[in-house]
Amino acid sequence: MSATPGPAAERREVAVVAFAQSDHARDTAEVSEAELLLPVLQDALGQAGLRAGEIDFTCSGSSDYLAGRAFSFTMALDSVGAWPPIAESHVETDGAWALYEAWVKLLTGTAETALVYAYGKSSSGAVRDVLTRQLDPYYLAPLWPDSVSLAALQAQALIDAGDTDEAALAGIAARARADAAANPHARHSGPVPPGEYVVRPLRTADCPPVTDGAAAVVLAAGDTARRLCDRPAWIRGMDHRVEAHALGVRDLTDSPSTRLAAERAGAFEQPVDSAELHAPFTAQEVVLRKALRLDDRVRINPSGGALAANPMMATGLIRIGEAAQAVRRGASRRALAHATSGPCLQQNLVAVLEGEPR
Amino acid sequence: MPPTSRTPDADAPEVLSAPLVVEFPFTRSLGPVQSAFLTGLRERVVLGVRTGDGRVLVPPVEYDPATAEEIRDLVEVGTTGTVTTWSWNPAPRPHQPLDTPFAWVLVRFDGADTALLHALDAPGPDAVRTGMRVRVRWAAERTGAITDIACFEPYEGDGRGDATPHDGEFTDPVTGITAPARLDYTYSPGRAQSRYLAALAGHRTVGERCPSCRKVYVPPRGACPTCGVATRDQVEVGPRGTVTTFCIVNIKAKNLDIDVPYVYAHIALDGADLALHARIGGIPYDEVRMGLRVEPVWRGDGRYPDHYRPTGEPDADYDSYKELV
Repeated sequence: MSATPGPAAERREVAVVAFAQSDHARDTAEVSEAELLLPVLQDALGQAGLRAGEIDFTCSGSSDYLAGRAFSFTMALDSVGAWPPIAESHVETDGAWALYEAWVKLLTGTAETALVYAYGKSSSGAVRDVLTRQLDPYYLAPLWPDSVSLAALQAQALIDAGDTDEAALAGIAARARADAAANPHARHSGPVPPGEYVVRPLRTADCPPVTDGAAAVVLAAGDTARRLCDRPAWIRGMDHRVEAHALGVRDLTDSPSTRLAAERAGAFEQPVDSAELHAPFTAQEVVLRKALRLDDRVRINPSGGALAANPMMATGLIRIGEAAQAVRRGASRRALAHATSGPCLQQNLVAVLEGEPR
Repeated sequence: MPPTSRTPDADAPEVLSAPLVVEFPFTRSLGPVQSAFLTGLRERVVLGVRTGDGRVLVPPVEYDPATAEEIRDLVEVGTTGTVTTWSWNPAPRPHQPLDTPFAWVLVRFDGADTALLHALDAPGPDAVRTGMRVRVRWAAERTGAITDIACFEPYEGDGRGDATPHDGEFTDPVTGITAPARLDYTYSPGRAQSRYLAALAGHRTVGERCPSCRKVYVPPRGACPTCGVATRDQVEVGPRGTVTTFCIVNIKAKNLDIDVPYVYAHIALDGADLALHARIGGIPYDEVRMGLRVEPVWRGDGRYPDHYRPTGEPDADYDSYKELV
């Protein structure tokens, strides 16, 4: 059985035709989620020449745990223009998975256009503690193991396996922040000192900045995509896979779910020349490069990646948006985008994007 | 606690924020394998479960993570084990197992094939390495929870050999856990709602007009939900309004000092295109009706109306508010 709906040859073509994101910040207390989102949605819709209400399907990603309020996404819908009633859906995870749902919707032929958005205000709570609540409630959550501590266990496993060392991790951190200097939306850019250990072996520079932000993508099918923009970024394949939740049953130095998703998305059929990897911690980039077989010829995270800005729930969607922009600018012929969710890269999504002509 | 404010931009002279505490004491039931494992911890016994291909999983689960097969074949493993990876936590956070710097460790118990996450009490990071031997330090009071393991401690010595079969039977088995959780947030309502709340504290009700459809939203949330555009123009509405619909509350809410029955109503303030909701007082509950004209009643230094009461005006025509029902 094929992982994606129908073989590529018979499948409808679907492309990213617009992408917008906020100027990510440490704290956006001055705006509500709807107010944070509104200019980003207007920007994305404006790029595609569409107005609210002209979109066939809307899908979003966010988390009530970040907001601290149940059904918080319903308030954000104010910024979409949801009346008269629209076809809408929501995922309680990164917006990359909302984009997956929208992509499937377009592939079925029941929609020509889709608006996908995601937002997160990590500043509302202590995000390291908040994320402990996503863990197994019997064996893990009662210990309150925070996200940095778990990522540090993975980093140490990689060091023990000889896959990396602290100097190499510092190199990843420095490259990400240097690249982010060209990204006006980034929160961290330019030289960042390695800093103290947050949880050894991870130092401040190995960890993502706590970030508030939002992002939006417009998808369109076939000739609609060609009509809405000059150079659509065609999604050639996309898949997502999950592995066991318990860290103690996984090989933390590898990511078989990423590799399988990439295989199903067709990522290994031809080499990619750039990749946007959702690696909030430096060591996770090492795992992903290995799983995705990305060598030094592949440009990794020209945007700076999650180390430059990490608006939770939007960071993965931004990877797809940045990869699409690289294709649309002509900076990348074939780009890979990756998104993750869960502790230590538990769930992974891979998309492959290309420009025309094929 | 009263809300605090700050001044981020000229357009919103006062943006409010307030503490928001979310607490949820979940009660969770245990399946047969988790029950045996957690009861075992209470009795200082560590149990695992054997998979179809003979691997021993500790902590045990009820379905094989590789095959999804139901697994029930319990075994006992040692209370000693080996560290498979670790991280040093120099600044323990609330609720974590130890309040002095410690190592997070994944420990493979002697006789097990997988590892369990917990804390290791060690003098410093130089005393910790992958492959080191550790043993369980039991909590003094044990209830049948993962925290019955207080932490691990360094241990120089041999462990037991292979896992041995165990029937999982204990007297008075644990069948559930309570998992309390508390998260502290700072809630910020944003520009539009801050402006609304600031005006309300001065006994004025201020909505915002959509530049596209011209509707006035009260309370405003910064965006027109119909047009999907920002609302910016502030419009004072009320103070009087019309009851568009209502309900009679017969069950007393916890911590609410209001006698039942009372009426809760949707009220379209004069000039508003969206009804807000509030309690109706100053009239017997069974005399409240659609179209009743009402006005706000302020109490003390309240930042919002305590309730609305009848103005004594004639009732409004249905046609004047039917779009807002």
